[in-house]
Amino acid sequence: MLPSLGYGILVITLLVTVYSVAAAIYGETKKSAEMVESARRAMLLALPLITIASAILIYLLVNDRYDVEYVWSVTNRSMPMYLKITAWWGGQPGSLLFWSWLLSTFTSAVTLRKWDRDRELLPWVLVVTGVTLAFFISLNVFFENPFKLIPAGISVPLDGRGLNPLLRHPGMIIHPPAQYLGFVAFTIPFAFAIAALITGRTDDRWIRITRRWTLWAWLFLSLGLVLGMRWAYDVLGWGGYWGWDPVEIAALMPWLTGTAFLHSVMIQEKRGMLKHWNMILIILTFDLVIFGTFLTRSGVLSSVHAFAQSEIGPLFFLFITFTFITSIVLVFYRWVDLKSETEMKSMLSREALFLLNNLLFLSILVVSFWGVMFPLISELFTGSKVTVGPPFYERATGPLWGALMLLMGIAPLSAWGHSTIKTLGRSIWKPAVAALIAPIWALIAGITNWIALIGFTLVALVITVSVREFWRSAQARSKRSGENFFNELRKLIKRNRRRYGGYIIHISMVLMGIGIIGIELFQSDTQQHLGIGDQIELAGYTVQYDRLDQFRHEDGRFITRGEMSLSKDGKDLGTLAPRYDLYPDGQPMTIPAVRSTLVDDVYIILVNWEGITAESTPFKVYHNPLVKWVWIGGYVFIAGIIIAAWRDEEEERI
Amino acid sequence: MKKFNILILLVIALSLFSVGTVAAQGGTDEISDDEVNAIASQLFCPVCENTPLDVCETQACKQWRELIRLKLSEGSTEAEIKEYFVANYGARVLSEPPREGFSLLVYFVPPAIILAGLIILFRAFKQWQVDDEDETDASVTEASPISASETGDPKDDYLARFEEELRKRD
Repeated sequence: MLPSLGYGILVITLLVTVYSVAAAIYGETKKSAEMVESARRAMLLALPLITIASAILIYLLVNDRYDVEYVWSVTNRSMPMYLKITAWWGGQPGSLLFWSWLLSTFTSAVTLRKWDRDRELLPWVLVVTGVTLAFFISLNVFFENPFKLIPAGISVPLDGRGLNPLLRHPGMIIHPPAQYLGFVAFTIPFAFAIAALITGRTDDRWIRITRRWTLWAWLFLSLGLVLGMRWAYDVLGWGGYWGWDPVEIAALMPWLTGTAFLHSVMIQEKRGMLKHWNMILIILTFDLVIFGTFLTRSGVLSSVHAFAQSEIGPLFFLFITFTFITSIVLVFYRWVDLKSETEMKSMLSREALFLLNNLLFLSILVVSFWGVMFPLISELFTGSKVTVGPPFYERATGPLWGALMLLMGIAPLSAWGHSTIKTLGRSIWKPAVAALIAPIWALIAGITNWIALIGFTLVALVITVSVREFWRSAQARSKRSGENFFNELRKLIKRNRRRYGGYIIHISMVLMGIGIIGIELFQSDTQQHLGIGDQIELAGYTVQYDRLDQFRHEDGRFITRGEMSLSKDGKDLGTLAPRYDLYPDGQPMTIPAVRSTLVDDVYIILVNWEGITAESTPFKVYHNPLVKWVWIGGYVFIAGIIIAAWRDEEEERI
Repeated sequence: MKKFNILILLVIALSLFSVGTVAAQGGTDEISDDEVNAIASQLFCPVCENTPLDVCETQACKQWRELIRLKLSEGSTEAEIKEYFVANYGARVLSEPPREGFSLLVYFVPPAIILAGLIILFRAFKQWQVDDEDETDASVTEASPISASETGDPKDDYLARFEEELRKRD
């Protein structure tokens, strides 16, 4: 009964959404205000409908209704309540429904809040979001029905298969939703961009309306990436946080174009330039979001055959092609209207450096996209499969990331409109000299790796330049007004949130850079078979194997846990307990034990797959220098975006 | 294809057999896990997607690591072992496509596109500068006033802020 109701509601939602799109188009072309209003109400109706369908699915999940295929495939009786709820997005049908629910929520928020103000653009925004929503709901209705019952004639299973063990982690509560929030929220600026193209409002109004949407979307997309990295580090047990896996790259690609977009819209707002380019960037971001959603869920990039076999693969491909071609045709249709209002004056002006930033982000995108697609292309044309692994991406994108760091150090010092070598040199020489402290200090500490030395110099440059921007402005204002420095600093940030939030984000990026330099260039590891009492020496640390426990947990897991004592220079640093969990369904999970400090992490895994015997247990110990800075950078980053995206009274007067 | 599969099975069976015999003699004991992993980490599991061989948990991969150990104990070099894996399981076991034939595209296409982007950007700059020679500085302060005036944001306020920004920079 309930599953049928859920499915019925999905079908009705699809009809309502399709009606809304048709009514909005009809109403706008025939100038019928009633029809447009009807379209809006239909779209507002979609949200409660999808919410009810989702609530039914969650009810089925938490009540162990194994007569429903999806419930059976992603939950089992031993899973805690929170994991049963998060199983909503634990498999393909459920996560597609989650996508639709988010999109419907955002669309309702947009149409409810500022309908009168944005009356000109909103009907077309409805059309774009409606088409996207209809696409996703139809995937649920026709191909991936989350309410599908197990075939008749088969008795209802007593227990479910359960969520993939890798997903049975508190990170499951926050990482996938953050990633999806980021993905879906980018639909809104895209919809406004298309609406601007259709209506001919090609000034920067659509950008101003969606400015904060874009920032929040970017916040969640970034948060999704950082949380994913953390999850990988804590759970996947290979000593790293980023493996250039297609799924990771799928999430990175819209972030790259989105970040480029965030920068280049500022040029359009300040100088009325690059209108075509901004349109293209948001179109790319949207289609990469769709592409990313598809990849993160299906993993079909592994082979051409997997793609062809997947029912929804070709549909995603068609949808991406359709939206991309339609959007680009619209850009060409409005090409003349989108002409710049002013022109570039100097190659060192702020806007010129922003363009260079865009080129760098797009270059990383090109490398990522080509690397991810190449195995498929190779298989298609030559029949032989190849792997494009981390070394390729690291070598190709490393210098590009470095160049971006350099730009973060220079661009804030250049002026809008015009800058010359002389003006730029005058403002940069002091921070540049100050930044040299970092490599000198690193040299004294014994670091001779030249990539690291360049990296640390760039980190120091960005931090010096950014902090100096805060200091100089607040100092000047404080001198003039006689007020407290920190009060002035607070006011300064409040007055130009995006700018100062941006500087904080720059600082956070290079803090992450410290961690990445540390782990990428200086990670060391060793794997050894140990008997009780044996020791491993690595990077000055001594790890001693003390005991091994094997027991069954009440939820059915069979746990093997080693206890190791860690010491350095004879000083005891505590106990670490790496473990290996074997789930009742035979799924294994390796859980590392980590001691983390600002200087380095000692990361130990029990290498169960090498076989544990009474005499010897295999352990792998990683020494990961500076990796904690990746997470610290992550926190600062979130703070920076929140400052930038926070409601700003001045900006509300769009 | 079928023949090829049988061949693979044969190779695995044979190699396992030899692992068994050599292990019994204790010949592979001197090869450490680190030495095996140094090579395994550069190879990708031939059956799982995108998993480096040194951290792959499947039985098949365990056997492949033992095979590396065996080959090392027999005196094979890193390059020879990699060649062996490529010959038996195809180029996909390498972490990067081989630098030959069709696979060269993976290395040349991105730099070509990036270079093209750089050239386009540079030419656009040059073009802008030529267009710009006759213009006065006034254009800077008149930047994008449409939105400001249309939306009720006082234009003077906008310009004042803009000029302040410029002053601060100079």
